[in-house]
Amino acid sequence: MIKFLIKGILRDKSRSLLPVIVVSLGVFLTVFMSGWMKGIFGDMIDMNANYTMGHVKVMTRAYAENEEQIPNDLALLDVDALTRQLSAEYPNVEWVRRIMFGGLLDVPDENGETRAQGPAAGRAVDLLSPDFKEAERLNIPKSLVQGRMPQQQGEVLISDEFARRFNVAIGDDISILGSTMYGSMVVPTFTVCGTLNFGMAMLDRGAIIMDITDAELAFDMQDAAGELLGYFKDGQYNDDEALLMRESFNAVYSDVNDEFSPQMVRLRDEATLKQYLEMADNMSAMMVMIFVIAMSIVLWNTGLLGGLRRYTEYGVRLALGEEKGHIFRTIIYEALMIGSIGSVLGSALGIGISYYLQENGIDFSAMMKNVTMMMPTVYRAKVTPDLFYIGFIPGLLAMTLGNALAGYAIYKRKTAQLFKELEV
Amino acid sequence: MDNAIIQLNGLTKRFPVGSGYFTALSDIDLSFSKGEFAGLVGPSGSGKTTLLNIIGSLDVPSVGEATVLNHSIAGLNQKQAANLRNHHIGFIFQTYNLLPVYTVYENVEFALLLQKMSATERRKAVMQALEWVGLTDKEKSRPSMLSGGECQRVAIARSMVKKPEIVLADEPTANLDSKNSHHILQTMQKLNDELGVTFIFSTHDEKVMQYLKRKISLADGRVVADELAILSQ
Ligand SMILES: Nc1ncnc2c1ncn2[C@@H]1O[C@H](COP(=O)(O)OP(=O)(O)O)[C@@H](O)[C@H]1O
Ligand SMILES: [Mg+2]
Repeated sequence: MIKFLIKGILRDKSRSLLPVIVVSLGVFLTVFMSGWMKGIFGDMIDMNANYTMGHVKVMTRAYAENEEQIPNDLALLDVDALTRQLSAEYPNVEWVRRIMFGGLLDVPDENGETRAQGPAAGRAVDLLSPDFKEAERLNIPKSLVQGRMPQQQGEVLISDEFARRFNVAIGDDISILGSTMYGSMVVPTFTVCGTLNFGMAMLDRGAIIMDITDAELAFDMQDAAGELLGYFKDGQYNDDEALLMRESFNAVYSDVNDEFSPQMVRLRDEATLKQYLEMADNMSAMMVMIFVIAMSIVLWNTGLLGGLRRYTEYGVRLALGEEKGHIFRTIIYEALMIGSIGSVLGSALGIGISYYLQENGIDFSAMMKNVTMMMPTVYRAKVTPDLFYIGFIPGLLAMTLGNALAGYAIYKRKTAQLFKELEV
Repeated sequence: MDNAIIQLNGLTKRFPVGSGYFTALSDIDLSFSKGEFAGLVGPSGSGKTTLLNIIGSLDVPSVGEATVLNHSIAGLNQKQAANLRNHHIGFIFQTYNLLPVYTVYENVEFALLLQKMSATERRKAVMQALEWVGLTDKEKSRPSMLSGGECQRVAIARSMVKKPEIVLADEPTANLDSKNSHHILQTMQKLNDELGVTFIFSTHDEKVMQYLKRKISLADGRVVADELAILSQ
């Protein structure tokens, strides 16, 4: 009987073609959209992790509360010891310290007089160790416009836009009007060794990037850091583990009554990011639902039309002694077969295109010049294991549901009535 | 009649029409024995199809009793009715109603797919049925490639392949020319002779009349005559 049905499906294009097209289109859209969204949200999360959040992040309670003011007077102390402890306790996490700072960037002329001044947003990370990890994390090598990476203390990178605006050339000296951790004014001077363009207003505006040891020296922050970031060594954010880590760390180290005690947050604790993550989940679920409902309605209708067209066949089969329930079941089997074909095609296409866009992203940087959110400028899809069923199952479901509804109408009809309709 | 395989007593069929009823058959008493070659004759709308459908367990009487092969039609559930049709009753239609996407062979085979039967047995039965109607050379053709007469012969093979006791043929020659009509009737006559299958036709075709062994005339849902034909041969 199954063989009989397969022959029918293969030979009767009008029975299979439209549903296959509808199903594969719907499945394709679901798979592709969710691969696309996964990619974009994933990149967004990665960026947040890389630039600001880490997978987990330790700050003092007071620093955390006023983070946007970059209160280095509230920085973590005894960071070496803390890092050693954390490394011992969480061996699968790599710990890096970072110092953020604000200040006025001052460009002197040959006489040492101020030539130009502008607000600076400084970021000090480990740039001088040979493994280059932090530089890679912040995508600095690829963002270089002119010059080169700092190779020794005293060398810094500044935003290309800033450099052009104030005519700063490679090799020029710049000063930063800032304050030490203890509140006294300092004006350290550095040499510009390169300029940067991240392609994101949020990162580029007034950016100055230096090695962490330079900042420690300049702002009197030996063995201190504004932030201690943890990255899982396998590169993958693991929310469960991060949560566990946060709980166990805070239980031991954090003291509600001591605002200088350290406190750990995980990537997902960041408010907007949390929203994105939830949005990504909800959007996928909603899309799948809309898809199932819409496709079911369309397929219900094609099923009804197909059913009408095949009344003769059903009538003959009844006359030949096939039970109505059996006919109904064969309608479902056919739907399953056609649904599978469509779902396989749709999934393959969706995964294929997602894969292509994973390898070759689309560059939106021109459109994102003024976006202040931390967002990737090259949009990539991501092929994840769930793409293999996220469309397939709904596709099969929609086709089966649609045809079950259509078939039910036939099933409910009295035998005699069905048979009557058989006579022209 | 004790060897009756179909027995109709006081059979009445009403169809709901608007707020009332339309009586398509009223108070029919008839019985058919094994091996009959009988025709229901009457103008269009006289109730021939309705009667065949009830005998074929596709419909049930409103009043009265229809007993087919010792089964009371009204008492059968959907499953039992299907089973009766599947094993014991063959249908032939005016419009052939072959399934267009399947070959001649597959159309005939379909009737057997519903029964438990091995593939070799099935093959044998299908080829046998095609041989009865003289179409063994067309087994791989699609219905669209056949003439009307050939299509109807496939339909006969399909109705005969399961070796039913009864074949119900509703105006089987209405769409055929004279030559094909005779051919069809001769085929059925032969099967009736050789296999003892009971044939009941509905027809208003004069060509069919001359083959009938029994002619039952219907008018407005009533039997107005029931006569044994004196075969002119
Ligand atoms: N399902 C039905 N509902 C209402 N009237 C019907 C139905 N089936 C048949 N009839 C009526 O019953 C009468 C007999 O129909 P039918 O048995 O098809 O006649 P015949 O086959 O002799 O042409 C016709 O007048 C037809 O309109
Ligand atoms: Mg009729």
